[in-house]
Amino acid sequence: MSNITVELVVNGKPLSVTAAPDTPLLWVLREELKLTGTKFGCGVGQCGACTVHLDGEPTQSCLHPLKDVAGRKVTTIEGLSPDSSHPLQKAWVAEQVPQCGYCQSGQIMRAAGLLKQNPRPSRDEIIEYMNTNICRCGTYVRIARAIERAAKGEFA
Amino acid sequence: MSASRVKSTKNAAPENAGRRRFMTGAAGLTFGVAVGAPLQNLVAGSAEAATGSIKLNNWVTVFTDGTVAIMSPAAEMGQGSLTALPMIVAEEMDAEWSRVHIVAAPPDNKIYGNPAFRYLQYTAGSATVRGYFNNLRQFGAQVRYVLLDNAAQRWGVPLSEVVSEPGYAVHPKSGRRLSYGEIASFAKVPAQAPEVTVEPVAKAQFRLLGRDVHRVDVAGKVNGTAQYSIDVQLPGMLYGAILREPVDRAAPRQIDDSAARAIDGVLQIVPLEYGVGVIATTPWAAFKGKQALKVSWSREARGWKHSSDSGFANFSRIAADSGIKGVAWESVGQAAAEVGKSTRVIEGEYRADYAYHAQMEPLNSVASVTRDSCEIWCGTQSQTIAVDAVAEALGIPAGKVKFNGMLLGGGFGRRGNRDLEFMVDSALLSKASGKPVKVIWTREDDVKNGRFRPQYVNRIRAALDDKGKIVAWHHRVVSDEALAYMDPVRFKASKGRDNIAMRGTELPTYDIPHRLAEGLQQPTGIRTAPLRAIGVGQNSFANEVFIDEVAAHLKADPIEFRIRQLAGHPLAQRGRHVLEEVARMSDWKRKRSGRGLGVAYLDYSGTQLAGVAEVSLGRDGRIKVHDFWCVIDCGVALQPDNVIAQTESSIVYGLGLALTEHIDVSGGLVQQSNFFDYHVPRMRDMPDIHIKLVQTANSPTGAGQMATPLVPSSIANALFQLTGVRLRQQPLLPQRVVQAMSDAGVQLA
Repeated sequence: MSNITVELVVNGKPLSVTAAPDTPLLWVLREELKLTGTKFGCGVGQCGACTVHLDGEPTQSCLHPLKDVAGRKVTTIEGLSPDSSHPLQKAWVAEQVPQCGYCQSGQIMRAAGLLKQNPRPSRDEIIEYMNTNICRCGTYVRIARAIERAAKGEFA
Repeated sequence: MSASRVKSTKNAAPENAGRRRFMTGAAGLTFGVAVGAPLQNLVAGSAEAATGSIKLNNWVTVFTDGTVAIMSPAAEMGQGSLTALPMIVAEEMDAEWSRVHIVAAPPDNKIYGNPAFRYLQYTAGSATVRGYFNNLRQFGAQVRYVLLDNAAQRWGVPLSEVVSEPGYAVHPKSGRRLSYGEIASFAKVPAQAPEVTVEPVAKAQFRLLGRDVHRVDVAGKVNGTAQYSIDVQLPGMLYGAILREPVDRAAPRQIDDSAARAIDGVLQIVPLEYGVGVIATTPWAAFKGKQALKVSWSREARGWKHSSDSGFANFSRIAADSGIKGVAWESVGQAAAEVGKSTRVIEGEYRADYAYHAQMEPLNSVASVTRDSCEIWCGTQSQTIAVDAVAEALGIPAGKVKFNGMLLGGGFGRRGNRDLEFMVDSALLSKASGKPVKVIWTREDDVKNGRFRPQYVNRIRAALDDKGKIVAWHHRVVSDEALAYMDPVRFKASKGRDNIAMRGTELPTYDIPHRLAEGLQQPTGIRTAPLRAIGVGQNSFANEVFIDEVAAHLKADPIEFRIRQLAGHPLAQRGRHVLEEVARMSDWKRKRSGRGLGVAYLDYSGTQLAGVAEVSLGRDGRIKVHDFWCVIDCGVALQPDNVIAQTESSIVYGLGLALTEHIDVSGGLVQQSNFFDYHVPRMRDMPDIHIKLVQTANSPTGAGQMATPLVPSSIANALFQLTGVRLRQQPLLPQRVVQAMSDAGVQLA
């Protein structure tokens, strides 16, 4: 399979990438574009560590081959805010959510997707929505609390 | 306490002003001056801008601008040690925390080794704060002494009149003050460390310890800047993947790499003793190349013959055959004889499957090998083992290995094995290609080549006296070898005592005069490792389900029975207290309709814990945990909220081990492969978790994994209360619950 060149918009910047067409977006972001905040966890859409926004919707970047993302808009954790000022990022610090931290970019991107479509989710809605993302350190209690605090506008 | 308060009058003036002693030994404390010491900061910008600095010992450098750099010798994998250890030093030297920069200590056992591991620089066992605590207090106090002594000399006043405030030496009589930075510009550091005593914990008044400061690694973990080894980028770097032997020591025999070589981006195929490496221009090409390899393996390795099922049968037979003697782990009195002659004996057998760490960052490392040296980037639980493992694999002196410690995307025991095979991978592929190489394991590699919590069969026999007290306890533990596989060096020094497999069989706080725990670790050829809570995870399951069986036999309340058994030992009173508290919090005596409550108690390296689970049971045999109450007393909590966080974390980890997590081995081959068939807890599985931290004025005894063992046993005990059916194997899988209910003739509701 020979390489293809694909245009896409990453964190607001139009750019072009050349790689094998079946390369998952995850690896394009991490190793071609050096946006390493998006993490590799399972490669099969099971853990959510690689969650980014694709045209505004949270999705697992390990599941999207480069050939399918031409012309689309990608937002990664690096593009969520310029200075860690997104309310979720502030809430994450206030709750001291991360432990090993490896899954947290994905958790935050997933949570940002939730709040975009449902600004005041109930605890149950949070749990259902966030169930896609594994945290092996078990920070779930704090993730839920941080989302609730951000949703209440405490860090706006 | 306000930040400007004098540290404490009692502590104000160093007491042994005239006495100086060179401190030798493994801690290797030396004083010396270094100007502009180069600093590498793991988490924030380096302690830059200092025009001058004074290195007060191997742990502390004070810069003339007032910045204080403190070394942190532990690996950071989410447990908070990176912050906690420097806090101890900062506390005793009375540094201003906002001016402290934390620096990852380089690999050096002599200076930075953990006293709890005979000065091996190894982060494990929730032994970091516990192990370093006394020494770091001492080092911090010595630094404070030197700073204050210099100020006193500058002012021409007796040292006894000088006190400290955070970041300052103060002479209250004259109102003069000098910042530590100012002192650094003229200070003379004695060639020998002063002897300084610190207050015992019971009397010490801490200013910084016990305060919830933010962990220094958190900020970078919410914006993607935190650096794990998988994130390392080097110019000209290539990518590697390794098709590893499916069974330990099954070397590749025939390699057909024609399909792999045909893949765009695959540059090189590297046959290794333990597998076949693929070097490529991208990780994706390396993964595809690995997948396209066709390799046959030698069949001599022992592991090919091992399966979970036959292993259980074999282990069970060994456990029951008292003619086969094990290695004593704990031996007090004459347990075997006492049980043998007793007419009131209770017996039980408990099992555990293999379990997998599932740290979120799949194993990986980066290496750049030149002709006679190597630079590595890795996340490891032991910096010094990493250096040695890579040096040995490359056949170069350890001094030629430059180590760059990275954050760990989870450890849980997976990253401290003596051979650090995932680190050697990149060193060998870099050597083969002459380029820097990042080797990444896929999740499937991480599972299939996992090193697991051993498979266990525990058999306990206990004798009761006529008052219903346990007087003799004989515990036989049959499992795969753990320490011998993960660390032959430590095993050699252990006289056959397998610390990893056997911890948790010792029962100092239960008042049982005759106790024997025998280890019968078997060479199965299966790859094993410590896994969060090591042997305690299973041995405590056996202990606490067994104790529950004894209580049920006596028709005693499980909490009251445990409280009665907790006597004699100095920790027993604290043990009783956590049980009483957890009974109160969980409203233990209140019967719930359709729900069961179960309890577990644990003394883990001195940390006292009790847990209560509230469960219900679905028609499919699925156990739902609704609430989990936990009380923990780990002595002084340096960062109380972090102790809570670690306890939440250990409970969630225990929940997976209790209910869903198991690795099955068949003919040596691991049957699971990814998160779709190895199920770890998700948010939907969370019970309401209620934790009470009991702070006591005792030296800290660890918190990173202590609650994990409480969970499987308390859930099994709760299921018994609910159904009258006893489950004796973790995880408590639905099919096992259904089977046990059916065996007992109990209907699922």
